[in-house]
Amino acid sequence: MDLKLDHHSEDNLTIVDVEGEIDVYTAPRLRELLIDLVNKGNFHLLVNMEKVDFLDSTGLGVLVGGLKRVRAHDGSLELVCTQERILKIFRITGLTKVFGIYASVEEAKEAHGRDK
Amino acid sequence: MATVELTFSALPAHVRTARLVATAIARRTGVAEAILDEVRLAVGEACSRAVEAHRLHCPGEPVRIELRDDAGRFEVTVTDAAPSEDVTPQVLEANGSLMPEIDNLGIAVIAGLADDVEVLPGPKGMRIRMSWPASPHGIAAL
Repeated sequence: MDLKLDHHSEDNLTIVDVEGEIDVYTAPRLRELLIDLVNKGNFHLLVNMEKVDFLDSTGLGVLVGGLKRVRAHDGSLELVCTQERILKIFRITGLTKVFGIYASVEEAKEAHGRDK
Repeated sequence: MATVELTFSALPAHVRTARLVATAIARRTGVAEAILDEVRLAVGEACSRAVEAHRLHCPGEPVRIELRDDAGRFEVTVTDAAPSEDVTPQVLEANGSLMPEIDNLGIAVIAGLADDVEVLPGPKGMRIRMSWPASPHGIAAL
């Protein structure tokens, strides 16, 4: 399955919906989107990975790169993910301690006090 | 011992094909369903690393994978032709700062996934061998 990307903004938060496989072939598209969002002034990003079937270290690298970019603007990049197969990769690499990982978009928004 | 060999041009699009082939043969060999995800990811990581290395050093050379059913083990060897130095699997620290280089993250992921891993770097290329337990008689034993 290819990669589908979509995004929308809610208040000060930009939610990036990712669906499909993030690997060495598709990860550049996610990287371009994250760079474009930051360049346009979106510094608080929430990447929804609930429909991601596959993630490898190339994808992790793109997420880390995105985090570095938003942090340069005092921003944030957090994730929504409950799939064990994806969470396992974050655990192996120690990235669970680097990214905020939430069980749902609502939970992430709540954590930021952005719920209306 | 049954062996399947696959060579592919060093293009990112082919890594997915390599993952699918490895997963299909692992299933056929009798690797437990619960482990197939690990096989898919580890083989993908090894092939991604090889493709990136070839694109830098020798884009015209193919990447090679050997998949073996060997006495109750499913063994995968990914071989590239790009010169490589010693690599150390690294895990990111949780000190709030991010490491500037994550080149070896793929190796770290493989080391965390495969039951048995051997990384052999060299001036003529790197060989990553990994293996997992499998049914002695493959899927036919089920």
